[in-house]
Amino acid sequence: MSAPERFLERLTARRAEDPSWVAARRQAGAARFEAMGFPTRRDEEWKYTDVRRIAEGDFALATDAAFDTARFDEQRLDIDAYRLVLVDGVFSAELSRLDGLPAGVSVEPLSKAMAANHEAVGGSLGRLAGVDFSPFTALNTAFAEEGVIVRLAPGTVVDKPIYVLLLSRANERPVMSHPRVLIEAGARAEATIVEHYSGEPDAANFTNVVTEVLLDRGAIVDHYKLQEAALTDLHVASIHVDQGRDSRFNSYNLNLGGALVRTDLVTDINAEGAEAAYNGLFFVQGRQHVDNHTLVNHNAPRTFSNENYKGVLDDRSRGVFNGKVFVKKDAQQIEAYQNNANLLLSDRAEIDTKPELVIYADDVKCSHGATTGQLDEEAVYALRSRGIDEPMARALLTLAFVGEVMDKVRLNIIAERVERAVAGRLPDRFNLADLVETAEAIQEA
Amino acid sequence: MLEVKDLHVTVEDKAILKGLNLTINAGEVHAIMGPNGAGKSTLSAVIAGKDGYEVTQGTILFEGQDVLEMEIEERARAGLLLGFQYPVEIPGVKNIYLLKAALNAQRAARGEGEIPAPEFMKLVREKSAEMKMDPSFLQRAVNEGFSGGEKKRNEILQMLVLQPKLAMLDEIDSGLDIDAMKVVADGVNSLRDANRAILLVTHYQRLLNHIEPDHVHVLVDGRIVKSGDKDLALELEARGYDWVLEGSAA
Repeated sequence: MSAPERFLERLTARRAEDPSWVAARRQAGAARFEAMGFPTRRDEEWKYTDVRRIAEGDFALATDAAFDTARFDEQRLDIDAYRLVLVDGVFSAELSRLDGLPAGVSVEPLSKAMAANHEAVGGSLGRLAGVDFSPFTALNTAFAEEGVIVRLAPGTVVDKPIYVLLLSRANERPVMSHPRVLIEAGARAEATIVEHYSGEPDAANFTNVVTEVLLDRGAIVDHYKLQEAALTDLHVASIHVDQGRDSRFNSYNLNLGGALVRTDLVTDINAEGAEAAYNGLFFVQGRQHVDNHTLVNHNAPRTFSNENYKGVLDDRSRGVFNGKVFVKKDAQQIEAYQNNANLLLSDRAEIDTKPELVIYADDVKCSHGATTGQLDEEAVYALRSRGIDEPMARALLTLAFVGEVMDKVRLNIIAERVERAVAGRLPDRFNLADLVETAEAIQEA
Repeated sequence: MLEVKDLHVTVEDKAILKGLNLTINAGEVHAIMGPNGAGKSTLSAVIAGKDGYEVTQGTILFEGQDVLEMEIEERARAGLLLGFQYPVEIPGVKNIYLLKAALNAQRAARGEGEIPAPEFMKLVREKSAEMKMDPSFLQRAVNEGFSGGEKKRNEILQMLVLQPKLAMLDEIDSGLDIDAMKVVADGVNSLRDANRAILLVTHYQRLLNHIEPDHVHVLVDGRIVKSGDKDLALELEARGYDWVLEGSAA
């Protein structure tokens, strides 16, 4: 039996009574996945990322959403938000808090929408992430049975973040989940959505998530993807965005966890005046492998994009950054900026970075750059001249490097959490957690 | 406290200091003056251990220790601190991080434990107030986006927190308006005591109206050619450096 067949066998065992439109999608996804198979390193898009650990895995599907309460409180962001929790891909009503949503805002688990045979779900779901995008989106389409549907009526400004927490358990046998997130923001609607991946330290599951975000005219969406899963977890994600006129999409892709993480972020800027900002950070150590593939399609004139991705790599970790900006013919007067900077803390860490601009218009302002390297030696000297030893000076500058992305993060609780995590993950002799706490304490005093 | 003997220094094979002698005792304030290119900044940079300076001859002793054998950070922990003419911007490193890490490094070198958080917070708040710096500066990246005056005040803030035994200030007055000069001078003067020494490197006499030196040295072409008290600075201001040059050539 081939790997795709082995995966799909689980589907046959699982699904029986889907509404017909759901069943048809599953079949399409399964057929496409079977035809494509898992990607190999011969595929240009997967040149640096080997997914054999996924393809050769044997993943069951979870059947319950039980999660240790004490650990839950430890893992979740302490944030005033509308919260929806999935445990190994299964919705937990018990841990979710969706009451009090303002008028015009709907946040519901995908299963509920599908059970209600929700016509609108059938309409938008999969519009941006078709089965052809990658074998993983096809696989997700075949399996998706849980996730989140967020709908914002025109003009709605959501007062609190919508917080989706996806937890991974240390199961006896690893499981897989294929969550699906759909965010539809009506004209001039505004919301912050946090996808937070976390869980138990020894979890070794496979999460294959697909997120679609549709922004109508003038809508503003801040989208966070905070990856803090166990260093043994496998994770593939794709985020697909469609932007209407004058809309604004701000992405924060912050990656600390996972053994193998691949994230694709694709935005189609389809109408004038729309802006996309991509802020990315990955901090990897041990043998972690993190691959970020980003794409901005400027399909309309007078559109704007700004991308800044930073990576810090320690030990024998590996990072991949592939950032592409595509400017369509006649998409004049666009501005597109892209930057990727990486810091290698170890001789054995490796980064493969490929910034790409493909421009078919002639009246554009674009820049891109990638730097990989070491720290500013003048700054190292300045710190040493105050009595700070060299390793500590380097650690401080590493934290600073991360801070440049964190400064853009508007949810303070997330910025602080990531800064603390980075400070705490630097080798012990670099431990700066105390400094970060002091700075926070002074700020609050 | 500091004893510099027959110091010869080259930068990229060019001789800058050519047999400089200087002794500074605890409690004293020394000012080194001289025309541009005389080697004023080289002296403090060599003492602080900056890269790119080669000592070809001579010794520097600080409290009996051979400074040239010490790492940069060891010199700072021993109490030798240099306030830079052009303080480096360190994007992303908050002032508060630098201050706490530096203070704890110094304490560790003395065999003391880390400073308790409340004590540290009280200290940095007090010292920022003395330098007329808003506490928000503590959260900002070191010198990033600071005006010239703010950078200089920040150098002195570091001195006030770290309390060096020998504070060396390289052209601390450059780019300061009169108000900022007053704040900086007050800060430096607050460091003065019987156990500490201060070395000012300056091109202009006006700083010395605010920080009164005990000794003034004129550095010309890599050597101290004349020493005196504060009146020497006034004389230099009135008569220029040529007068000293002529005197020393004679």
